Amino acid sequence: MAIFGLWIINKAGGLVYQRNFAEGLAPLTSNEYLVLAGTLHGIHAITSRISPAAGSSSGAQVIEGETFKMTIMLTATGTKFVLLTSLAETTADVILQKVYEAYSDAVMKNPFHTPEMPIRSEGFETRVTTVIGIGQS
Amino acid sequence: MSIGYVPPPPSRFSVLSTSSISSDHFSPTNSSPRFSLASAPSINSTLVGSSKPSQPRQSIYDRPINKTRTAEVSLSAFSFLFSEMIQYTQKRVSGINDLERRLNALGYRVGLRVLELLAWRSESASKAPKRETRFLPALMFVHTQVWRAVFAKQADAIEKSVENPDEYMIVDNDPPLERHISVPRDMSTLSCSSFAAGIVEAVLDGLNFPARVTSHATPTAQYPHRVTILIKLEQEVLAREEVLK
Repeated sequence: MAIFGLWIINKAGGLVYQRNFAEGLAPLTSNEYLVLAGTLHGIHAITSRISPAAGSSSGAQVIEGETFKMTIMLTATGTKFVLLTSLAETTADVILQKVYEAYSDAVMKNPFHTPEMPIRSEGFETRVTTVIGIGQS
Repeated sequence: MSIGYVPPPPSRFSVLSTSSISSDHFSPTNSSPRFSLASAPSINSTLVGSSKPSQPRQSIYDRPINKTRTAEVSLSAFSFLFSEMIQYTQKRVSGINDLERRLNALGYRVGLRVLELLAWRSESASKAPKRETRFLPALMFVHTQVWRAVFAKQADAIEKSVENPDEYMIVDNDPPLERHISVPRDMSTLSCSSFAAGIVEAVLDGLNFPARVTSHATPTAQYPHRVTILIKLEQEVLAREEVLK
């Protein structure tokens, strides 16, 4: 049971927020994170169109590997919240919902935040810390 | 649907047809019947809607002015409005002082109305409504009544400056105005509660205690959003207080 990291991807596929919470992730440069986020954005766009069932699909929600799980939450505005957790973690959906709440409060209502730009808001950091816990960096 | 389609409103039909003719001759001819088909049910539905006995929408002017319990405004909605106000103001100023001054001016306009409203409410609520003529009761009025009317809570403290006899402070540990605002580091001297300072300035002005009111962020570990509203009274107020003693 561990939460490794949180990403927030804007509707254009840019990584606007990234924070690690536990050891275990390979150390990446910020550029590599941007590339990963962009790739995930593309994959997500594809998965939302290949659904065999009729009607629109929300796209990939969980991507699982042998050692980790990636839970993706797509909001109505196209922003994606991604949580990297261990396989056993069961609270990912709840946490993402709470992070979304914190995002709407501390980011969207903050006059000093420019939409679609990287999030640098102290209030949001604090809220995320209370939801998930103290991370590194 | 067919009922709505049989009597087509002549004016609308003609407008549609002339516009489609004047704009382009070569559009596919099936576009104009599709237009009227799409508009027919909507006309129908509006007719049905208006024939229903619907209640007129209550505007803010229809609400009783003295009822406060249900007149609360969503903090979220206000936060978005306040955020836009700050962004709008920020685009039109040079520097933090200017921004605070403008926010103060915006608050001043609110404060004038708040005082008017509170005077009106106290008039109808109590048998002996009174207007504060001494400064300390007036300050208490701001701290309690005004804060409760505007922010739905009292301010947390009133302080008197030790160094300057003309300075008083109102402290709010968690101002609702700033609850969702994180001021970036390069603007750390900015206090968005200048808006609240403007309200205070207007109320004091209206009570005839002219003062310069400013707002300063004084965060503590426990209350990261704590603000101090600093009131610097004009000399004439102090002189009058001296006489009234």
